Amino acid sequence: MTASLVLQERLLAADIGSGRFRDLGVHVGLHGPLPTTGASTLITQVQASGLTGRGGAAFPMARKLTAVAAGAAPVVVANGAEGEPASSKDRILLSYAPHLVLDGLQLACRATGASVAYVYVHEGPLVAQMQALVTVRASTGVDAVPVTVASAPARFLSGQDSAVVARLNGGPALPTAVPPPVYLRGVGRRPTLVQNVETLAHLALLARHGASWFRSQGTDSEPGTMLCTVGGAVGAPGVLEVPIGLVLGEVIERAGAPAAGVGALLVGGYHGAWLPPGGALDLPLSVEGLRPLGATPGAGVVIALPAGACGLVETARAVSYLAEQSARQCGPCLNGLPAMAQTLSRLAGRDRSRGLEERLAALTATVERRGACHHPDGTVRLVRSALRVFAGEVAAHRGGVCTATDLRPVLPVPTSRVGA
Amino acid sequence: MMSLSVAVDWIACDGRGLCAELFPERIGMDEWGYPVIDRDPLSADLVPHARRAVAACPKLALRLQAGRHP
Repeated sequence: MTASLVLQERLLAADIGSGRFRDLGVHVGLHGPLPTTGASTLITQVQASGLTGRGGAAFPMARKLTAVAAGAAPVVVANGAEGEPASSKDRILLSYAPHLVLDGLQLACRATGASVAYVYVHEGPLVAQMQALVTVRASTGVDAVPVTVASAPARFLSGQDSAVVARLNGGPALPTAVPPPVYLRGVGRRPTLVQNVETLAHLALLARHGASWFRSQGTDSEPGTMLCTVGGAVGAPGVLEVPIGLVLGEVIERAGAPAAGVGALLVGGYHGAWLPPGGALDLPLSVEGLRPLGATPGAGVVIALPAGACGLVETARAVSYLAEQSARQCGPCLNGLPAMAQTLSRLAGRDRSRGLEERLAALTATVERRGACHHPDGTVRLVRSALRVFAGEVAAHRGGVCTATDLRPVLPVPTSRVGA
Repeated sequence: MMSLSVAVDWIACDGRGLCAELFPERIGMDEWGYPVIDRDPLSADLVPHARRAVAACPKLALRLQAGRHP
């Protein structure tokens, strides 16, 4: 059975770490040329495959394609601006299998009738790398639709779809008020498909191998594989490709034997949720499998908290980061997130003032569903899950005691000093 | 008959507080002065009050919309 491990990998197939798949010829040698499938067949294939967005929201791709294709002169954006500090799967994919993404981008253009395409990434080395690849593909005639490489500062919300559109329209990469959604009115006021780069890479393989091949992994309701970034108390932290629905214990196992005792798991990143130690290891990594615990796989971040770490200290640091990453456009987020971060930090710091938990509960209720984007709601989800899963630790801290034995930071938080 | 509810454009809103003053039946204020909206559909007798609040917002951040929405 161990031999199947290698076969389960699709996007990260073969010796991808060598970097040789950045070469177009090597890419075509492994995967074959860009398929010539027509628009309606492509949409039918995507529909039959059950492919969903891999950027975090898991929205059915066929529905987005259909909606955008129905509009006039649409635009397609390959979104590689993963803002999540704990996620590196989009960067890894663009670095080691970029032609799968660029193939998928062309296929999405064909499916929707778009003649304008973008690759959107964070500022940094990827911009030049992608530009070089796009130039090669244009000069060899692989790409029917010309591709523009665009970038935004590496902030948490830069990849949110309305922020992507705002940036491509010449403004700052900040979320804008909905409605209308970007698939109706986006770049240049045209219907715009903003699709995560991993989703497009799956499309590139799906168009080559068909829907039943695609469905041969994953679950009936959530077919296929997904990339996840596994960190924390594991032997080999990094990006893995796993079938959707694999139990979390196995995901952790595949990232190397746990380095020490594993405590709680953070699933879905900083807009995700903590899961309690023990039982969580038997849960499937899927929307359906995590729903009963109020969690989702999101963009595939799984972090194993070492048993000796303090979940409150970790969450307080992540929430302070999220507060700093607020776009500072909406009052409840601008005021509420710093207040949540500050209260949580006091709790983490064993401040014994009365009413801190009540204050946190009131703040989460005040902030929830009161913003132009999901930043407040995602932050609320993380805070609530921490109060639930680390209830024992909260009680200890209220008594002036932290039970942790190792306070080395686990959750990665960039030290940014970028203002509003 | 179409049911209406009040919605806020959170980016436009800067918490002037007129809406809460004009339409306290459905709009409260949080501790920072931003509106807390009751999302339930408006009964017919409340619609004129809601329209007055919408019209008074200096930031044009308030609107009436069909159905129940965030």
